[in-house]
Amino acid sequence: MASHGIRDKVAIIGMGCTKFGEHWDKSADDMLIESSQAALADAGITLDDVDAFWLGTMGSGLSGLTLSRPLKIQHKPVTHVENFCATGSEAFRNACYAVASGAYDIAMAIGVEKLKDSGYSGLVVGSPANDGTSATVTAPASFSLLAPAYAKKYGVDDQELKDVLTRIAWKNHKNGALNPRAQFRKEVPMETIACSPIVAGPLGIFDCSGVSDGSAAAIIVRAEDAHKYCDNPLYVKALSFVAGPASGPIDPSYDYTSFDEVVHSATDAYAQAGITNPIAELAMAEVHDCFTPTELVLMEDLGFAERGMGWKEVLAGTYDLDGELPVNPDGGLKSFGHPIGASGLRMLFECWLQLRGLAGDRQIASIAGGKTKALTHNLGGGPGACVSFVSVVGSELD
Amino acid sequence: MSGIVSYGAYVPYWRLQRTAITGALGSGGGKGTRSVASYDEDTTSMGVEAARRAMAWAPDGRVPSLVAFATTVPAYLDKTNATAIHAALALPSSAGAVDSVGSVRSASGAIMIAGLRDGLAVLSDIRTGLPGGADESNGGDAAVALLMGDDDQAIAVGIGGADATAEFVDRWRVPGEATSKQWEERFGEYAYLPLVEQSVTDALKSAGLTITEIDHVVVTGLHTRAVAAARKAIGARPDAIVDDLAGSVGNTGAAHAALLLCDVLDRAKAGDTIAVVTLADGCNTWLLKVTDRIGSRRPAQTVREQLAICNDGLAYASFLTWRGLLHREPPRRPEPDRPAAPPSLRSNSWKYGLFGSRDEAGFVHLPPARVSMESGAIDRMELVRMADVRATIATFTVDRLAFSLSPPVVAAVIDFDGGGRFQCELTDVDPSAVKIGDRVEMTFRRLYTQDGIHNYFWKAKPAGPAAG
Repeated sequence: MASHGIRDKVAIIGMGCTKFGEHWDKSADDMLIESSQAALADAGITLDDVDAFWLGTMGSGLSGLTLSRPLKIQHKPVTHVENFCATGSEAFRNACYAVASGAYDIAMAIGVEKLKDSGYSGLVVGSPANDGTSATVTAPASFSLLAPAYAKKYGVDDQELKDVLTRIAWKNHKNGALNPRAQFRKEVPMETIACSPIVAGPLGIFDCSGVSDGSAAAIIVRAEDAHKYCDNPLYVKALSFVAGPASGPIDPSYDYTSFDEVVHSATDAYAQAGITNPIAELAMAEVHDCFTPTELVLMEDLGFAERGMGWKEVLAGTYDLDGELPVNPDGGLKSFGHPIGASGLRMLFECWLQLRGLAGDRQIASIAGGKTKALTHNLGGGPGACVSFVSVVGSELD
Repeated sequence: MSGIVSYGAYVPYWRLQRTAITGALGSGGGKGTRSVASYDEDTTSMGVEAARRAMAWAPDGRVPSLVAFATTVPAYLDKTNATAIHAALALPSSAGAVDSVGSVRSASGAIMIAGLRDGLAVLSDIRTGLPGGADESNGGDAAVALLMGDDDQAIAVGIGGADATAEFVDRWRVPGEATSKQWEERFGEYAYLPLVEQSVTDALKSAGLTITEIDHVVVTGLHTRAVAAARKAIGARPDAIVDDLAGSVGNTGAAHAALLLCDVLDRAKAGDTIAVVTLADGCNTWLLKVTDRIGSRRPAQTVREQLAICNDGLAYASFLTWRGLLHREPPRRPEPDRPAAPPSLRSNSWKYGLFGSRDEAGFVHLPPARVSMESGAIDRMELVRMADVRATIATFTVDRLAFSLSPPVVAAVIDFDGGGRFQCELTDVDPSAVKIGDRVEMTFRRLYTQDGIHNYFWKAKPAGPAAG
C-alpha cells in the first residue's frame, strides 16, 4: 500500500476553539460562528479569503449548508464530513489534502457538535432502518470490554487495574483544571474517582469523557505561504486514517487488548513523519481518552509503552504534565469534553498552543527544551471495529 | 390415529414466590411458587424454545409439515404467530404454519391439526391476573411442543378420545383486556362435572378400557374447583392421578395439559396408558399408550429437572413490571428503533434462523457476510446454523446505561464451538456471577417491542444439559 503523506507541504496558520461544556445558551450555529471567527482572527484573514471548507459533525446537521447558512458563505465549496468520533480529524485531513493538491490556497477545517440538546444521558447515535439484531450496548459498555481483557492478559489484578484507570482520570482532570476552555475545571481526588457510581463493567462515571457542546477550527495554507500570515505556523508532518474490517466482534482471535486500527495508523503516521522513537521525539500527545481503559491501551498501540507495560508507565507518571511524554495536557476528552465533530480539531488546538509556547499554566517544559513535534490520535467506533486517525504536527520544517 | 413422535417442554427460568405477593399487598399469594416468563419472553418465543427441544429429539431428517400454535395470549393479532416459530426452526417454506388462539381449548385444536398433518403442535401460555387475585398467584407460564406422526414412529400412540362441548359462561375476557373474569365457583363445578363424566366415559369406551386400567391420569383446566372435583369423580386409581405442578409452576393455561403429559412421558414405561382430561368449555379426553420407543427419545432434561434450574428470587415489583402492570421510570436514554420490515425479511435466516456464513477456509461470519474476512472471496460461502451450537464467553460487560425493561443489560462476546464469534445479550443470568469462560447456549427472545412490532432475536444464556 502506498501512503506517501504530505510532510511539510501544508501548514496551520490560525486556530480557534470554543469553551466546551453545557452550552444551554448557544446553538451549533453560534459555536460555528465563534470558532471560525477566532480562527480567522488568529490567522489575520477574513471569511472571504477562505477558498473551501470542510465541516465535521456527526449529528448536528447535514450537508455543507450546516456551515454556509450560519456563516453566510457565498457560493464556495463546503464539504460535510462524518467519521464517527474521528469526524473533526477527518475534516482536517481532507482540507489539508485539498490545499496540498493545489486546488485551493486557503482552506478551513471546522468541527462542531451540539450534544446537550438531546436530553439523554451519554451519546445518542441514530442508525438507518435495520433488522433490530445489532447489540444495543452503549459506548461505555463497548469500551469497558478492554479492562478485564487487559487485566487478564497481563496479570494485573482488579485493584491494580482500578488504580491505573483512576490515575488516568485523575491526571486528565488535573490537566483540565488548568485549562480555561475545559468542560470540567476541577481536580478530582482519586478516591472520588475510584468510588464513583458504576456505568458499565468496572467503569464509573469518572472513567467516562464529558458529554459536551463545542466547536474548533483550523486555517490551512501551503507551507511555503505560511509565513505570509504567521510567524510561527505548525507544519503537518503526517496524516493517517484507517478503517478496519470491523473484525473484532466476529473474529475469535481478537482479544480486546489493542486497537489494530490504531497500530496501523500510527505506523503509517510515524513513517510519513520520519519518527522512529515516538516517546523520545514527540513533545506531547493528545489521544482519544473516551474512557480510561482506552487511554491505557492507546499508550501501547501508539508505541509509548511496551506491550503489557502501559499500566506501569501510567502509575509511574510517565504521561503526566511534567512526565517524560505529557499525554492530554489540555485535559483530554475526559475533562475538556467530547463534542464529537470538534474533538479532533480540539486536539490540534492544544498542539497549536503548546508547540508555540502559548499554553499558559499548563505549558509543557519540553518545548523550551527543544522538542518540536506533537501527535494527535482520534478514533471512532469501539474495540475491534473502529476508525483511527493519527497526525503529527511540528513547529519547524524538517 | 397419529401419535406423539417427540416432545419438548419449556418452563421459563424465573419463579415468583407467592408469599412475595402477600408481602407486598397484605393479601393474596399463598404457598409455593409460580413460573414467570422473563421480560424478554412471550408466548411465541417460549414456543420456539419448546419446539427446538422437541425437534432435537425427532427422528433423523423428520421435518414437520406444519406448525400449529395455540395460546390464549398471542403476541400478534391479524399476523400469524406460528410463522415466527416456523422461521426460528428454519423450516422449509413448504411447511405450513397456523395459529389457533384465544382459549385453553385452542390447544386441543392445535394438537388435532398437527395430528392430521404430521405437524408440530406448539402450546404456549402466559397467565396473569389482577394483583392479589387467584389468577395471578395460581397461574404459570410455560410452553410445550408435540411432534405428531405415524404410529410406527411414535413414542405414545393415541388409542381413543372424546369431546363433550357445551356453551356456558364460566370464564371470559374481551379482546384487549389483560385479565379474565370468572363466574361464581360453584356454578362451574355444576356445569363441568357431567361433561367430564360424558367425555371420559366415551373415550374409555372408544379404547375398550376402564378407568382403573389407566396408569397416568392428567386432569386439568383453569377452573380449580371443578378440576379438583373431577379428579375425585372419575374414579381413577389414586396413584394414577398426576400431580398438577400447582405448587411449583402454577396453571399454565393452554400449555398445561401438554406440560403434565410431558412430565408423565418423562417417567412412563413402555405399555403404560395415559388419559389427558382437559376441562375447557366442556371436556376433552385423550387416551394414549406409550410405546417401546420411549426410552430412546426422551429430552435431555425432564420437566422436573428443568424445574430444579430456576431463580425463585424474582421481586413482585419486577413481575408486575414485566407483565405491564407497573409502569416504571425508564433510563434517560432513547427507546430503540422499531425493526424495519424489509431488512428483517432480507435477513430472515439470520434474525430468526441464526444462520452464519462459513467461508472456504472454515471461518464463520456472524451475521452472514458475502465477503470472506480472511480471503476476500465473494459469495463463496455456505450458510451454517448456529442456534443449537454452544459457545464460551470470551468477555462481557454489565451495561447500566442501556435501555432495557429489566436493567442492567449484560452483554457478552461469545465464541461458538467450531468457530464463529458473536456479541449478544445474556439473559436468565445473575450479572454478578458471569465469568469469562462460562458456557452458554442460544435462546430465542423478544428483545423489545416498538410501535407494536416485536423485535425477535437470539440471546445467550447459561448452558443446560446438551441435547441431541
